[in-house]
Amino acid sequence: MMTTFAHILASVDPAQQGSAIDRIKSFVDALCAPYYFVPLTTLLLVIALVSYKQWTRPKAALLVFVAFTVFYGASMLDEDFFKIIKKPDNVPITMMIYFTGFCTWLGFRQAAVNDDRMKRGEPLIESGADDKVLVWPDLVYTELIALVLCTAFLVVWAILLKAPLEPPANPTNIPNPSKAPWYFLGLQELLVYFDPWIAGVLLPGLIIVGLIALPYIDKNPRGNGYYTLKERPLVISVFMFGFVIMWCVLIVLGTFLRGPNWNLFGPYETWDPHRPAALLNINVSDVFWVVLPEKLNVAWWKPGLPSEASFGIPAFLVREAPGIVLLGGYFFALPVFLAKTVFRKIYTQIGLIRYAVFWLLLSWMFIVPIKMVLRWLFNMKYFVAITEWFLNV
Amino acid sequence: MGLLNSVGNYFRESQVWGSIFRHGVPRDRRTRAMAILSNVFLHLHPVAVRKSGIRLSFTWCMGGLTFFLFLAETITGVLLMFYYRPVVEYAYADIVGLRAHVTLGLLREIHRWGAHAMVIAIWLHMLRVFLTGSYKPPREFNWGVGVVLLTLTLLLSFTGYLLPWDQLAIWAITVGSNMARATPFAGHEGPGAALLQIGGVPLIHGGSDARFLLLGGTVVGPGALLRFYVLHCVFIPVVVSVLIAVHFWRVRKDGGISGPL
Repeated sequence: MMTTFAHILASVDPAQQGSAIDRIKSFVDALCAPYYFVPLTTLLLVIALVSYKQWTRPKAALLVFVAFTVFYGASMLDEDFFKIIKKPDNVPITMMIYFTGFCTWLGFRQAAVNDDRMKRGEPLIESGADDKVLVWPDLVYTELIALVLCTAFLVVWAILLKAPLEPPANPTNIPNPSKAPWYFLGLQELLVYFDPWIAGVLLPGLIIVGLIALPYIDKNPRGNGYYTLKERPLVISVFMFGFVIMWCVLIVLGTFLRGPNWNLFGPYETWDPHRPAALLNINVSDVFWVVLPEKLNVAWWKPGLPSEASFGIPAFLVREAPGIVLLGGYFFALPVFLAKTVFRKIYTQIGLIRYAVFWLLLSWMFIVPIKMVLRWLFNMKYFVAITEWFLNV
Repeated sequence: MGLLNSVGNYFRESQVWGSIFRHGVPRDRRTRAMAILSNVFLHLHPVAVRKSGIRLSFTWCMGGLTFFLFLAETITGVLLMFYYRPVVEYAYADIVGLRAHVTLGLLREIHRWGAHAMVIAIWLHMLRVFLTGSYKPPREFNWGVGVVLLTLTLLLSFTGYLLPWDQLAIWAITVGSNMARATPFAGHEGPGAALLQIGGVPLIHGGSDARFLLLGGTVVGPGALLRFYVLHCVFIPVVVSVLIAVHFWRVRKDGGISGPL
């Protein structure tokens, strides 16, 4: 972490590098390391949520759009970035970035207008009790136009850009990196931090279950059928964090920044397959049984992983006890504490069962960024590593 | 214009026209209502809707576009099935052939891009429904149906990904399906799988786990290609069609396009 920070400072040192463009490029490359990229985009999201009344004003939003497009367009002049961008299977990512950005603006713009109107006691954009119109022609024609435009868009797109098609399948020639379809790259990115049973099975399952459970947990009756942020700030913030950061940003990361051996490459860096692989990661058990005792150097706490059963508890459970206590605290004690403090209002509103489900989903969602941060700061690998059972968290 | 009108009127007053559209030209309130009510396709709609509900900036039209794209994918997909053979020896050559010398082979490009567009459109539809709080009562159930449709859309795209049988296809599916190996209890590298054994013989191994079920083999090979083809062309589209019907039906039953209560 510190070395990388030094690397950034070094990269902006004019004596060390060539032109100004190169320095900007290496600065951006350095910022795109996940430990900057994910927190920075999260910070941007927080700023966007807090200042939604300011940046959604058409002029401000247009400025953001133009600035981003200039940046994105100028980046394409870079050979390495353009190579990634123009790869047919990555074309939808550019679409995703722009469409998601535009739609987020559209939604939050209307939320800002509505929230202002509510404050002044004026009717919502969506209000209007007796404004019924006939479906023929008002809706049917809109649909027809949408259908025609959508078809035209697809046909033109198909003519201009060839769909992805690579050389024929060859089971003996494994591409490096091997990537999942682009919409699953966020999940593949999680494999850096979690074992496949969590990243590939449990978390996707929880996303589906969590989305289905959402209307039964969110008992806030306000904000039903109109854009608003003021009336449901918590739910919208959590959802946007999940959708924008944990899904879209990780897809962008997985597409643009992950190269051979799943190593990290800045957007303007050449994918070098011979770059040395990442560092050694350690488990919570190593920290507790080896690192800490070595540092403290006290008589009763000898360094060394427990290898024998004690009090009838198998050795691996003793070994993993610190991690189990940590995770147990996070999954079972923390919610009790929160229910009595920060979430007191929510707890009384939704009751025990809903709160339990709410915490199950929320805790698994936030264990992702928690583990990311622990990895970046301490190279932490697993809280609990019972490799005997393939059970690593 | 006079001639055009009289020709138009001739057809609209003919017995054939009258037998197809059993109402007059939709020019007044009653016939416009009839145009919706008496048409099996249009009657998914109510006769009248709230004007602010169908504003484009409110709905973003993303649900509709997802449905249009599903139709486009179905039509182009059926046509592609005339040409494509899900066999390792032919699959890639057939895809190349579509591009190189098949009339309307462009359909394959449309089908592929349309699939990507559908994935994005359905996410944005979900985002819109979320931001307007439209999953709240009485629409909780329909939101759940929508989530299942979203999942199935991703699976449709995922199963279709393998069919061109190029490097992109087999390795993306290899990466994706390797996850199934780690399914708790059901994958041979998943937690708990080692517990499932009888007399020391494991029940779950590479040739019997969830990944084997998905791929019809231990690697992405001919079995996987056939399975993904059937899932992609028959199984998932049928389930999706049924759920779309439920989804649309419930939009109507739950009070139409959402709006302030």
